[in-house]
Amino acid sequence: MSMGANTNIIIAGVGGQGTVLASKLVARAAMDAGLRVRTSETIGMAQRGGSVVSHVRVSEAPIASPLMAPGMADLLIGFEPGEAVRSLAFLRPGGTIVTNAQPVAPVAVSPTSAAYSGPAMLERLDGCGARLAVIDGAAICAEIGSLKVLNVALLGAAAGLGALGFSLDQFETAIRESVRERFVDMNLRALHAGARSASA
Amino acid sequence: MKADLSNPPRQLLSGDDAVALAALHAGTALGIGYPGTPSTEILETFDRLDGRAQWSPNEKTALEVGIGVAFAGARALVTMKHVGLNVAADPLFTAAYTDVDGGLIIVSADDPGMASSQNEQDNRHYARAAGLPMLEPVDSQQAYDFTWLGFELSERWKIPVLLRLTTRVCHSLTPVLPRAPITPKAADFRRDVPARVMIPAFAKPAHHRLRTKLAEIAAWNEAEGPLHIEMGNQALGIISTGISAMHAREAAPEASHLSFGLTYPLPIERIRAWATQFERVLVVEEGDPMLVEELRAAGISVESKTERFRFSELDVARVRRIITGDDSEEPAPPQGKPPELCPGCSHRTVFHALRELDCIVAGDIGCYTLGVLPPFSAMDTCVCMGASITTGLGLRHALPEAQARRVVSVIGDSTFVHSGLTGLAEMAYNPPPTGHLVIILDNETTAMTGQQEHPGTGRSLDHSRAARMDFVAVGQAMGIKHVELIDEAAKDVDLKACIAECLARDETALIIVRQPCVLAAPKIRLYEKTAAAATSETS
Repeated sequence: MSMGANTNIIIAGVGGQGTVLASKLVARAAMDAGLRVRTSETIGMAQRGGSVVSHVRVSEAPIASPLMAPGMADLLIGFEPGEAVRSLAFLRPGGTIVTNAQPVAPVAVSPTSAAYSGPAMLERLDGCGARLAVIDGAAICAEIGSLKVLNVALLGAAAGLGALGFSLDQFETAIRESVRERFVDMNLRALHAGARSASA
Repeated sequence: MKADLSNPPRQLLSGDDAVALAALHAGTALGIGYPGTPSTEILETFDRLDGRAQWSPNEKTALEVGIGVAFAGARALVTMKHVGLNVAADPLFTAAYTDVDGGLIIVSADDPGMASSQNEQDNRHYARAAGLPMLEPVDSQQAYDFTWLGFELSERWKIPVLLRLTTRVCHSLTPVLPRAPITPKAADFRRDVPARVMIPAFAKPAHHRLRTKLAEIAAWNEAEGPLHIEMGNQALGIISTGISAMHAREAAPEASHLSFGLTYPLPIERIRAWATQFERVLVVEEGDPMLVEELRAAGISVESKTERFRFSELDVARVRRIITGDDSEEPAPPQGKPPELCPGCSHRTVFHALRELDCIVAGDIGCYTLGVLPPFSAMDTCVCMGASITTGLGLRHALPEAQARRVVSVIGDSTFVHSGLTGLAEMAYNPPPTGHLVIILDNETTAMTGQQEHPGTGRSLDHSRAARMDFVAVGQAMGIKHVELIDEAAKDVDLKACIAECLARDETALIIVRQPCVLAAPKIRLYEKTAAAATSETS
């Protein structure tokens, strides 16, 4: 186990992208590794496509609050570049960002306004001084043949970079334990595709 | 994700799941409630674990069923969100006077910060107002343990117990070590008229009995109530409860910390004795400054947060500010992506028509409250469950005729069953001079909270067949003049024209726009298929 003393992870996305399962998988892997873990979700309006932020705290020592203060996260996983930018304040200096490249624009932004631009968000992430990995989630989902594996692909990318503190093997076990049997294979392929894409 | 809840030892559970597991292990005969974020998962999990769980039409009916179960000598768990307890307040205050035989726990899941609620009321006030013991866990392990403890206290003192959770306890995953399950005692009716028939002659002594029970429970809390102390330095002692205790330990690891689980009635003397050891004693609590006021009233000198921290939820950063007395402006959280009505949502057509007709829309609680946002901007009021119908009537009664004629009430199917039926009776009984129009946005599910069943869907909590309330028949039986159902079969009906026609008449009208929620539709088809198969097997 390559786990450090503790890893604080922010998982940011919008409803329907599978952020909650992602945080559960990290928690499961941490439990299996004998570590302490606390997670917290803000899922109130998630089903209607609103912002969803999960805090995942993993540690060898006891953890008190399930929520991080700004500047505490070692890793920020963005399911969408705009949501990654929104949660940037949680990231510590020198932390790691793994983000999906494809933006999900709010409907309220009119097609004529330039209020939301994916590339501008990525630029912002690139300029913040963190280690950044941009993952082509759409390509991985197309390769695997399911839109539902974005979460596991991003976890694979983070694990591949060594930013999660767990090996891909540990995640494989967590997936086998947590996902319905008929979806296991698909998720394992997504995990490795994510890892490959991060190291490419 | 399937949670493995059946096998000890340590499991990673949300606070909601932990309450459900404890309810199962403690032999709960029935779980009853109405869906509401962040409490909904408790009964869904209890059902998945093969506990007996039911959705009630609303929280009042749920609590009353729970009181009956407890009078029968069995254990009952009643669940709701914070505003649900307002609906259940009537039975709550008088149930406090009665003697329950089986344990009765009422879960109030509060939503400080309003992740998905219309207010952020602090339900600790209910414990004091009704005179009921209140337990407040800090994490899932305590949520599990306090469910057990709640039943024990409830049965020992024959009193209902409030279990108050908050969003961060409900929706955080933390490890839980379960206990060995017990077999519940069999339900058996014991006649006890003075303890259960609350006419004045019996209620007067019952009120005295309640206060005696509370005095005894306070003494128990002083002697052996759940209490957690972490000793640090002598410079600062922090007193906190619930999730605030976890933020405080993280924000000030060098300080000394006291938190306790039974927050009403308080263990005042234990707190007093502990507080004497420190130069500074600070109370850290989310919501209203209740604890600090109670400690000060008892003559314990404590520092308090400033007014700014009454609002929204606390976190580690905010608790640090409270500790250092930093009352400066806090950085505004970056704006997130707002929720919106799903693509293909049946509510969209209705709001589009209402906007085109320039209606004054009295709205209600559910997904469709999003009709207030662009591109629809078609909602003018939203107060509480069911208020669309009655607030709309008030507008109609008071406004000049030209404006009154534009008023429409919109309400969801689950909300209609929850609190709209009496409003419809009011409309038939006291119609405004211009009449009124109510539209039931019937998407055949409780969509907002994650697609739960209700009496209008014709399926139980576990999605098996149940009696189905017929909204058309209800409207007609109540005496509404015009009742119209617009569903799949009435696809050619021009909704806008239909609304305009109703608005032009001086009569009462009810339109039911029925189209299943796009998220729920595939599941509904599956439930119906399963139910049909079950019916053909048994016949």
